[in-house]
Amino acid sequence: MIPPILLELASQFLVLSLLSFGGGAATLPDIHRRVVDVHHWLTNVEFTQMFALSQAAPGPNVLVVSLIGWKVAGVAGGIIAMLSMCAPSSVLTYWVAYASERFREAPLRVAIQRGLLPVTIGMMVASGFVLMRTTDHSIAAYVWTIVTAATITLMRIHPLWLLGIGAALGVFGWM
Amino acid sequence: MDSTLASSPSPVVSTRALFFRFLETGLSGFGGVMPFAYRMLVERHAWLTEAEFAEVLSLAQFLPGPNIVNVTVMIGRRFQGPRGAIVAFLGLMLMPMVIVLLLAVIYARFSDVEIVRHAFTGVAAGASGLVLSMGIKMARNVRKSVVMLAIATATFVAIGIVRLPLLWVLGGMAPLSILIAWLRRMR
Repeated sequence: MIPPILLELASQFLVLSLLSFGGGAATLPDIHRRVVDVHHWLTNVEFTQMFALSQAAPGPNVLVVSLIGWKVAGVAGGIIAMLSMCAPSSVLTYWVAYASERFREAPLRVAIQRGLLPVTIGMMVASGFVLMRTTDHSIAAYVWTIVTAATITLMRIHPLWLLGIGAALGVFGWM
Repeated sequence: MDSTLASSPSPVVSTRALFFRFLETGLSGFGGVMPFAYRMLVERHAWLTEAEFAEVLSLAQFLPGPNIVNVTVMIGRRFQGPRGAIVAFLGLMLMPMVIVLLLAVIYARFSDVEIVRHAFTGVAAGASGLVLSMGIKMARNVRKSVVMLAIATATFVAIGIVRLPLLWVLGGMAPLSILIAWLRRMR
C-alpha cells in the first residue's frame, strides 16, 4: 500500500510540472500557495528554511521540491516530489524535441514562444517578490534581498558570495 | 567541401558518457547549473555547437519544467533516445539529491541552534534576491516593448500580489499573450 500522503504529494507536483513555464524557480509562488496556504504541510518558516537549504547546496534550483517532499513525507516524499515535478514536463519536452526539428520556423511556434516570454518574466519577478515577503522578517533582511538582486543584476559576481555574506550577517544577528 | 557535410557530423556519445558527464555537471553548479552545462556540452566535449546549444536552450525555456532538466532530456534523447534521456536525467539529479537530503537531515538536527537558524535567515534573504534578479534580467530584454511589459506586469500582479492560482493566471494570460504575438507577427 502506498501511503496516501505520497499520492497527494505526487498529484500536487504532477500538476505543477506542467504549469512550470519559466522553470522551477518561477513556479515557487504556486508551490508555496499549495504546500503552505492550502495543505498546511509546511509553515512559512519551514518553507523559507527549505528554500535556503536548496540554494546553499550544489545542483539544480528545482531541488527545493525534493526538500519540501522530504519535510512532508521523509526521503520517499523527497524522491516522489522530485520525480513528479520532472516527469510530465520531461515527457512533453521529449516529444516536442522530436517534433520540433520540422517546426522550427513555423509562425505559430514563433508566436507561442514570443507570447510566453512576458508571462514567464511576470512569473519570475512575482516569484522573487513572494519569496522576499515570505522569507524576510526585518528591514535588514529586505535590504539584503534588494542589495543582492541589484548586485547580481548589475555585476558579474558569483552568487555564492552573496549567500555567504548573507549567512554571516545572519550569524551576527543583523537579520 | 561537400555541402552535405557543412553541418558537422554529430559526435557519438554513449549512455555511459551521458551518465557520467551529467553527474559531474549536476555537482558543479551553485545557484544554477546551466553555465556548467554549457561549458561541458559546448566547450569541453563539443557534443553540441554553440548554435545547437542555443536552440536546445530556447526550446527548454519555452516548455514547462526545470530548464536544466529539459536540456538534459533533449541531449540524452539526441544521442541515445529514450534510454539516453533517462540516464542523463538520473546522472544530473542523483548526487544533488543525495547531498541536499543529507544536508536536510544534518540541518534538522541543528536547526534549534540559534546561530544555524540565523545563518539560514541570511541565506534565504540573499536567495530571494537571486530569484528577483533572474526576473529583472529577463525583463531587461523586453523593456522596449510596451505590450510585453504590460503582460509581464499583469502576470506579476496576479501571482505576486493577488496570489491567484497559477493555473488560472496561465489559462488567462498565456492564450491572450500568444494571440497578441500572433497578430503582431508581421511587424
